[in-house]
Amino acid sequence: MSATGTAAGPGLRRQPGRRRRADDVAGLGRVRAGLFVAPALALIGLFLVFPAVWTIYLGMTDYRLTGLAAANPEFVGLDNFATALGDDEFWHSLWLTLIFVLVSGVIGQTLLGFSVAWALRRVRGWVKSVIETLVLAAWVVPASVASFLWLALLDRRTGTLNALLGTEGTAWLIEYPMVAIIVFNVWVGTAFSMLLFSSALAAVPPSQLESARMVGAGSWQQLRDVVLPNIRGHILTNTLLITLWTFNTFTPYLLTAGGPRDESAILAVYIYTTAIPGGQLGMGAAISLIMLLINLVIALGYLRVARAASGGRR
Amino acid sequence: MRRNLAAIIAGTAAAALVLGACGNDGGSDDPTDGGGDTGGDGPVTLTITLNAIAGGKNAAEADWIENWVIPEFEAAMAADGTEVTVEFEPQGVDDEDYKTKISLDLQSGGGADIIGMDGIWVGEFAEAGYIQPLTAVGGAAVDDWDGWDQISEAVQNALSFNGERYGIPQGADGRVLYYNKDLFAAAGLPEDWQPTSWEEILEAGRALADSGVPIPLQINAGTAMGEATTMQGLLPLLVGTGAEVYADDQWIGGTDELREVLEFYRTVYVDEQLGDAVLQQEASGRDTSFAQFAAGEIGVLLEGDYFWRSVINPAEGVGTAPMENRDEVVGYTRIPATEPGSGINGQDFVSMSGGTGRVLNPNSENPELAWELLAFMNSPEAFEARAAGTLNITPRDDVNAELLSSDPMLTFVSDEVLPITAYRPGLAAYPEVSIALQEATEAVVAGDPVDDALTDYADAVAGIVGEENVNND
Amino acid sequence: MSAPPPSLGRRMVRHYLSRVLFVVAMGLVLVFFALPMLWLVTAPFDADPSLTVGWPDWTLANFAQLAENRYALGSLRNSLILGVGTMVLVLALGSLAAYALSRVRIPGRDGLLYALLLLSSIVTGTAAMVPTFQLMTQIGLINTQIGVILVLAGGVLPTVVFILKDFMDSIPKSYEESARLYGASPLQILTHVVVPTARPGLAFVAVWTVVQVWGNFLVPFLLLRTPESQPAAVLMYTFYTEGGQPDLRLLSAFSLVFSVPVIAMYFLVNRRYGFRFHGGIKS
Repeated sequence: MSATGTAAGPGLRRQPGRRRRADDVAGLGRVRAGLFVAPALALIGLFLVFPAVWTIYLGMTDYRLTGLAAANPEFVGLDNFATALGDDEFWHSLWLTLIFVLVSGVIGQTLLGFSVAWALRRVRGWVKSVIETLVLAAWVVPASVASFLWLALLDRRTGTLNALLGTEGTAWLIEYPMVAIIVFNVWVGTAFSMLLFSSALAAVPPSQLESARMVGAGSWQQLRDVVLPNIRGHILTNTLLITLWTFNTFTPYLLTAGGPRDESAILAVYIYTTAIPGGQLGMGAAISLIMLLINLVIALGYLRVARAASGGRR
Repeated sequence: MRRNLAAIIAGTAAAALVLGACGNDGGSDDPTDGGGDTGGDGPVTLTITLNAIAGGKNAAEADWIENWVIPEFEAAMAADGTEVTVEFEPQGVDDEDYKTKISLDLQSGGGADIIGMDGIWVGEFAEAGYIQPLTAVGGAAVDDWDGWDQISEAVQNALSFNGERYGIPQGADGRVLYYNKDLFAAAGLPEDWQPTSWEEILEAGRALADSGVPIPLQINAGTAMGEATTMQGLLPLLVGTGAEVYADDQWIGGTDELREVLEFYRTVYVDEQLGDAVLQQEASGRDTSFAQFAAGEIGVLLEGDYFWRSVINPAEGVGTAPMENRDEVVGYTRIPATEPGSGINGQDFVSMSGGTGRVLNPNSENPELAWELLAFMNSPEAFEARAAGTLNITPRDDVNAELLSSDPMLTFVSDEVLPITAYRPGLAAYPEVSIALQEATEAVVAGDPVDDALTDYADAVAGIVGEENVNND
Repeated sequence: MSAPPPSLGRRMVRHYLSRVLFVVAMGLVLVFFALPMLWLVTAPFDADPSLTVGWPDWTLANFAQLAENRYALGSLRNSLILGVGTMVLVLALGSLAAYALSRVRIPGRDGLLYALLLLSSIVTGTAAMVPTFQLMTQIGLINTQIGVILVLAGGVLPTVVFILKDFMDSIPKSYEESARLYGASPLQILTHVVVPTARPGLAFVAVWTVVQVWGNFLVPFLLLRTPESQPAAVLMYTFYTEGGQPDLRLLSAFSLVFSVPVIAMYFLVNRRYGFRFHGGIKS
């Protein structure tokens, strides 16, 4: 039973002294493990870490893509960071981003994804396939297509939504820009949580659910006492990835371009408008790094909560 | 099953690598394989990059390059005993993305020999050292070109920076007021309308509103329309007050003239609701304004000649909002100054012009030949061939005299508008100042007090170019 | 707990009530996910598509017009090359790395993994394009599809390793133990025992990777020069006029053609390999 738990689950923790040999069942050893990891690390090192470090350096210059600063960029140290942190627009954008990540990602996608997975866990046949396929389709359709579908749906004059609701002339993207991009992002991203949780639910040992039922536990109690402890690792994985992805998603730009009047200018959009139309690549790089650090802090928070939760159950 | 998967992975890996390797033969313009020598023993390759692509964006221009420029130039050079291959690298993306791409190309020492770009990018590209004056790249032949005599100085300026020519403009354009004659007749307004002040525009708007026109006036505003707000909205109004966005080495700040312009926006969109304020903020607002004008829902629209020759052009497959009865229903007239005589240079009527053009790449292996190609692309014969696709106002007076007579509207722009028009400054800071101006109009249209919008703009422009370079009087 | 057990009748009512709730909820989910898709399946077949979803005036003319575009078909082939190429590369490197990281405790592995995950968010953003472009120019991979594949692979690999490691952590180790007893080498164990067991997870990562690449505009656009080598995500933007207006006939038809391969791939992969985080072996 311990083997079907997940990495972060407490169930699989073995005796500390035996762990390494017990985990390394294929007899890899550190050297060979290093060899296994090396190709991936080399690729990541050259095509990811190198440009990323360069970008961090750009964040400390006044570099621009064109103009005088393109010919002679100057090192400005932490000026960009100070400017960004002293700019109301940045804080406004950060606030929008936090709302966006929390509501559309952590709450929207996760809850909807889990609910669909939970509701469909014992359903078979066409209902399950149709729903799963539609949710999946929203996820695999390319961003440029997905955004256009929503532009058509929400159009003020000829949009399908206005026709259905009888709300002719409602400019959803202008009157409710944040709601629009949040709902859109839930639509796009729910599939990941649904997939992750439906596999996680399938792996909950039936024997445990059986015993819970035998003692008369209802659905809600089964969920709380058996299911959630079993899928804690999946919840952590899900939340970590969803948070990171939602922070970085640029697709809302294709819907609202951050507008009207920056009302939907989440950080990824703010960085784009600063770096490309605004031309300030150095500043854009600096804000990217700030965003990365915020992500780091949030991730550490998640880990702490997860540890506390698993510790509390011992 | 398990061997299956391994085999599939191995197979597709090999296939992908092979395909990938084949796929990179697309653009063999690597400097090392282009021959590089102008001595003449190997064939010379020249490349052209434009934001135009067959079957897509600016298709007529792309077709002209492929079907006329390339074969004709290669034949002409062959007749002179020079073997030249011309390659076209079309692009079909958003202008901002195109600009990014050609910047990266030029920065890395590569890029096509001839590059199409918007005139307002010339300043920032020149300052970055990405491009150089034509003479410095193409040699003495540039100054000897007979075409310069046919291109007025004002038009040449669209592709100039610091008094030097960096490229050849590919056309000229102007802004006018379009109006729907049917709606005007229904509102009791004259069919040959020529307002002489802003107040007369508003009066027409009120009459149109009274007769039930959904959107009496459409003057672009807001950031969603981007440069279309600046060029087809704020700047034509600003020159009507007698001010320019950049004059006497200073950028316009929170001046009375700019206040006047913003007050006009406020009157139209907020106080009298003669325009659709929400439309200005829609991502596809300009697009929608075209469609609504074509559908007879907009009374007056400030647009460039592009609107006439392309958007509402009834010819098959040209316009995106074609109007079958364009020639009968759509009127056009010059944009008045605030009051007669209050425009720049004391003018009664004003306009703004921009222009795209083509520059030579300083990294070119064969700069003299590249210049020959560029000159060839701007020869009278080339413009005639180009006009067979879609008719534009060309930069050349000789060609215009011959070609434009078939289109009264373009003749009107060429004869009546170009002489009174103004141009944007070709300076690196312009694009950012332009965004700040768009934001000011957006704030006003959304209902902010004009004073607040003006103060915010003044702060923004000072942040971009420095307090000392801003004129706040 | 002190309440008496509900009577049979009450239980029946509750049962039916929950059925009804279930149906309504699933109906809402269905509508929510299906509604935006309607345009994609109707507009391409409409003689004069608008933004409104309606019963189309059936025609295939839009596809015929699209077929005349000389880049359309090639762009899909290019998307396929980039997608499959990246997918194969990250699956190969990712499963090796994830397996080793899962089975051997390398000090600081979790921190390293998460740091890379964070860095990947910088590089996929707009700020890193200048360094990436310069790097590719310097090493001579500019304007090659291999170059695009490598950059995209670098961007998604940390996530792939992260997901796969999570997955492999949950795979029971008893099969590996037996395989080892029979003298299999670690590489044999990986290819013959772990990979087949992890198949649904690999399938998931494969689809995820292709989806990422399929929709990526910026990297191929900047790194490739000629339209003959550009993928569909780039070509899609050519169906707008110089004034930024979409050509709805071409755009709708191309949207459908552009989306169908990824949806079909999901079906295929799901049917053949499953699409799960947990394999079939129960210990």
